[in-house]
Formats: sequence, C-alpha cells, structure tokens
Amino acid sequence: MIPAPFDYSAPGSLEEAISLLKEHGDDAKILAGGHSLIPMMKLRLAEPEHLIDINNIPGLSYVKEEDGKLKIGALTTETELEYSAAAEGRFPIFKDVSKLIADPQVRNLGTIGGNIAHGDAANDHPAVMMALNAEVEITGENGARMVGIDDFFFGFYMTAVQPNEILTGIQFPLPPKGTGNAYHKLERKVGDYATAGVAVQISVDSNNVCTNVGIGLTNVNPKPLRAKRSEDHLKGKVLSPDLIQEAAQMASEDCSPSPDLRGSEEYKRAMVGVLTKRMINKALERAKADY
Amino acid sequence: MKNITVKINGEEKTLDIEPRLLLVHLIRENLSMTGTHIGCDTSSCGACTVLLDGKSVKSCTVLAVQAHGKEITTIEGIAAPGEMHPLQEGFKENHGLHCGFCTPGMIMRGMELLERNPNPTEDEIRWGISGNLCRCTGYNNIVKAIQYAGAKMRGDELPDTEPEFV
Repeated sequence: MIPAPFDYSAPGSLEEAISLLKEHGDDAKILAGGHSLIPMMKLRLAEPEHLIDINNIPGLSYVKEEDGKLKIGALTTETELEYSAAAEGRFPIFKDVSKLIADPQVRNLGTIGGNIAHGDAANDHPAVMMALNAEVEITGENGARMVGIDDFFFGFYMTAVQPNEILTGIQFPLPPKGTGNAYHKLERKVGDYATAGVAVQISVDSNNVCTNVGIGLTNVNPKPLRAKRSEDHLKGKVLSPDLIQEAAQMASEDCSPSPDLRGSEEYKRAMVGVLTKRMINKALERAKADY
Repeated sequence: MKNITVKINGEEKTLDIEPRLLLVHLIRENLSMTGTHIGCDTSSCGACTVLLDGKSVKSCTVLAVQAHGKEITTIEGIAAPGEMHPLQEGFKENHGLHCGFCTPGMIMRGMELLERNPNPTEDEIRWGISGNLCRCTGYNNIVKAIQYAGAKMRGDELPDTEPEFV
C-alpha cells in the first residue's frame, strides 16, 4: 500500500511550520510520529497534499516539572514517556498506559501529542489526560493558548486544534501528597484498540477522605469521556468498598459503547464497571504509598 | 522529488526519491537489500523492523524522507560477511526459525531489546517482541535464542540449546 502523492517539508521552527499551515490550510497535515497518519495515508483514508514534518523543530520533546506542573512536549515518544523520571516516580500511570499502546517499535516513534491530536476516542492518552486534568498547549500565529482537556475533544477526529495551529504540549498540575494514578485497558491482543479502558487519579487525606479524583474512559463513547457522576460521587467522602462499587456502576451506566467485534454494548458496560472499580482501587493503593 | 542522504549499514547513500516512498521500499528496491521483509504492510507483524538511529522501527510505516540524515541498520549490517552476530547464532543454535520470514525483524528487534536490557527475563523478552509475529515456532525457541544471544554478549555461560518442539 502506497500513499497518494504529496509535497513534503520539514521546517526547522514552529513559526515556519505555522506559516506553511497557513499557506496550505486544510490541504496540509502535520507529521509527528506518523503512526496514526501514515497508516491512514497508505489506506488512502487520508490524502493530504502537503505533509509538514515537525520532527526537525527543536524543543518539542521533554518531560519536566516546572511551576508546580508536569509538562510534556508534543513530540515526546511513548518510549520516552515510559522511561521518564515522572513515570518512575509519581506517575506510574504512564508505565501502565505505554505498555498497552501498540508495541515497542510503534512506541519508539508514536508521540503523545499525536495520540491526543488525532482526536480518536479509541486512543489511550485522552482518558489518561482527563484523569490527570490536563491542559493542552496549542500554538498558532499569535503564540500559544491553553485549552482544558474537557474542551479539547469535539467528536470523531475533531479537536480544538484549528487548521493553522499545532498541538505543542500537554501539562497538568503536580498533585498533592497522597495521590495515586492507574490505567488499564482490556484488549484482545497486543496492539488492539481497547474493548474498554479506564484511567483514574485519586487523592486521599489521612482520614481516607477522597479530596480529588479524575476518571477518564477509553473507547466506550463517540468522544473521550470523563466519568463525571462517578467523580462527584467519590469527592469529599470517606472511601469504602460500597462507595467505590457505586461509582464504578455509574461509569458503566454513563458511557455509550458501540457493539462491535470486541463485544456487545452490555459486555462493554460491564467491563467499564469492572475496570473502574479495579483502577480506583489500584490508584488508591498507590495514593496510600505516596505519603 | 526530494534529495536525501542516509547512512545504511555504515555506508552513506544519497538518492532522489518521491516523498511518499516508504522506508522499507527504499531499503529493498532502491538499495537492493532484501533481508528486510514486508509482511502485513500495516505495522502489525514486525517483519520489516530495522534500526533507525539505533531504535527499532517498523519500516513499512516510516517515510524514507524521515530517514534523511539518519543511520539505518538492517539485518545485512549486523555482522561481517561470513560471520554471525550472537543473535543470528542464537537463532541458528536454538531452532529459532522455521520458515525464516519473521527472523530478520525478530533479530533487529532483539538488537534494541538487548541493548536496553542486556539480561532480560523471559517475560521481558516476550513483551519485548510483542510487536513481532511468528506463525511457525510458537515463540519458545525465539525466546531461547534471545536468551542465548544475551548470555553470549554478556560473556556468560551459554544456556542449553536443546530445541523445544511444541
């Protein structure tokens, strides 16, 4: 399978990339890791006339703590994230998620920015970023703007990134002590999209009261979904197995999975319930070790 | 057309190519190195795995222009003619291949795996080659082949090479 012909440029600066985007408008696509875009181009589901490779732009690959936030550059690969100090430290969720994204070779090139900018509810990072309450940095000709993750996904392949803009980074607040996070997806085999996936970040105080929680769901809704009712059910309450079970039940009720080869709607809802409960408990275990 | 320069197996090559040319086609057709195989052509099977600046990638899902200024290593470049890399020896000694189609990709993936983790556990090897499909061996002898190569590269005592048939 060979992509349709296109023009290729590899600008050395963001300014140059944005002016190329402005020049070519909807006919241009940004190439980061290429592991969503190139397969689509080979299948001719995408036929951009201009491909703007941003890999020569310096300064877009990093994982760093700054101003009380964890900041991740758009070109950071899944492998870099998996082996980052953040993943070894307070964000084991990155190890959970990286291991389940495609396979090692794909993770060597696939980027976190591309995973999110693709706007696919079947991708894993959108749910993780919802759990972590991320903000997305989008750069255009007038500089960078920040968009909250809840206002980022509009629908299938549709995001807040406009045709003359580039997703340049992700950031989220460093959580207080007593915070844990976890992700798991049910997949049929390595490299599969999730049958269902659940990301959780939870903070607890010394009285086992949930002070904050984020829960994101993968591939069980037309766009990435925050389990809002489940979060509200847990916040401010003393955590108990019954309370967690109720929150998990709410997540399974509030999603809208489509039946497909991975399972029926009923099965997927049941799996959302199971995974939500497990991930709350796993994140909670990590939170208790975080004091 | 784009003019690119790549270093493949230590040798520098400059070519004019169409931007849509895939890296695997550059290697097999433009540079006539057919050790790198095309299996699924959808970045699932790993038969086309090569090293790009030392990182294992699936060359069916990389554009040749993306390799501009980079170093490519294929199965042809891991040992001198007439000699074997420890991974090649491991596959030979442990019956790690039947038809051989997946082998170049398995070995190139094994290169990075052992580079990153010189003494992997069986579980780490199985996760490490999870992007490479073999339809003959049942994987057991491939895992043993990589363990053998790891031992050889570390200078440890070589493990038993009695092949397992499943």
